[in-house]
Amino acid sequence: MTARLSNEQIAWRAAQDIADGAYVNLGIGFPEMVAKFQPPGRRAVFHTENGVLGFGEAPPAGDEDWDLINAGKKAITLKPGSAFFHHADSFAMVRGGHLDVAILGAYQVAENGDLANWSTGPKGVPAVGGAMDLVHGAKRVAVITDHVTKDGKPKLVEACTLPLTGVGCVTRVYTSLAVVDIENRRFVLREKLPAISTEELQALTGAKLNLDGPVGDLVVPEV
Amino acid sequence: MDKRIATLAEAVAGIPDGASVMIGGFGGSGAPMELIHALIDRFLATGSPKNLTVINNNAGNGHVGIAAMIEQGMVAKMICSFPRSADPRVFTEKYLAGDIELELVPQGTLAERIRAGGAGIPAFFTPTSFGTDLAKGKPVQEFEGRSYVMERWLKADFTLIKAELGDSYGNLTYRMAARNFAPIMAMAGARTVAQVTRAVDPGGIDPESVVTPGIFVDAIVEVPDPAQEEELNRAGAHHP
Repeated sequence: MTARLSNEQIAWRAAQDIADGAYVNLGIGFPEMVAKFQPPGRRAVFHTENGVLGFGEAPPAGDEDWDLINAGKKAITLKPGSAFFHHADSFAMVRGGHLDVAILGAYQVAENGDLANWSTGPKGVPAVGGAMDLVHGAKRVAVITDHVTKDGKPKLVEACTLPLTGVGCVTRVYTSLAVVDIENRRFVLREKLPAISTEELQALTGAKLNLDGPVGDLVVPEV
Repeated sequence: MDKRIATLAEAVAGIPDGASVMIGGFGGSGAPMELIHALIDRFLATGSPKNLTVINNNAGNGHVGIAAMIEQGMVAKMICSFPRSADPRVFTEKYLAGDIELELVPQGTLAERIRAGGAGIPAFFTPTSFGTDLAKGKPVQEFEGRSYVMERWLKADFTLIKAELGDSYGNLTYRMAARNFAPIMAMAGARTVAQVTRAVDPGGIDPESVVTPGIFVDAIVEVPDPAQEEELNRAGAHHP
């Protein structure tokens, strides 16, 4: 395959769409990286499910206070203007339409907006956490992901084959090759790496990429 | 009125076999370690309580706290959202062997079920889990063009939580993100016991700062300098 964006670069691209003052939840793992790439002059307020708004980066090793963690159980710090709250209030913020954007990882995203990101099947111990809550209520639910799986299979598909996290919930997908919106139950290509043709991109995508207006160049700095 | 109890052993004395127990905490923050360990010590000394249903976000980590309860064989069922942790072996092995039951609940639904239990709301509708495996068998209803899943309240016979300050009326404050499930679990337990890092007289907590009003709390026991689950696990601790 030709060049593709690193995870950091995908996170950087997603961060460019977060407005100053937005309330944002970043999924555990890869999406947490988005916080590092806020454009200068903008400050989002980050929400974590276990009950903190407005937290900052990780403390230096040795300075952790383990009563101050995020949903990934990692130590965090507070910024001026932070707030604590209990779990029911935290998920009222999620489902109640109070978050501007949630950015999540994905195993598969379908053209109708269905998301599979919590389970790869019936083996082992099932664990869902807040995944099924986070896909409901935020004004935008965006996914960041490689365009294909490690063995080259499309992650953008006609219908998810893995267990669903939510139905019709995703509005935008940032991948290692493209930015794709989900509108009226179809994928609409918005940006792609200049080095890849629309035909090549389509071949790596499991459902039709619709063209609706100009397709921008996906240009991301080395980060 | 004085809700203070002198010892941890007294605080956990009334929990019988087969009880449902909500235990505060999320990951390594907020777990009432001394109350849990007092309950384990009682079990090791007397063989009771056993066959417990434990409600917590997770299913234990390492060999302390809820993991130690499971390891000792006190727990018949876990109701939780995320039975994984840095070291989930104790739960995982019992689950895969069929020795412990799991009710998996989305995290926000778990919180709202507990809140509803404490608030006298027997059921509610949520968008969470609609169209997924976790909604199977549950009633679905459409409101204003969207589909919602009916979920039932969740109550418990006992709630064990950790708080920062507690006065003799049971009013509580918490420490940072250790608050997590404690305020709603306090509401949903028929008998709620809080271990508090500092017990104060009435008036010792500014009413503007009370997070859990004492009406939701039946007993407090002072545990100065409490153990922190994450720190215990990083030190490789076991209980007993």
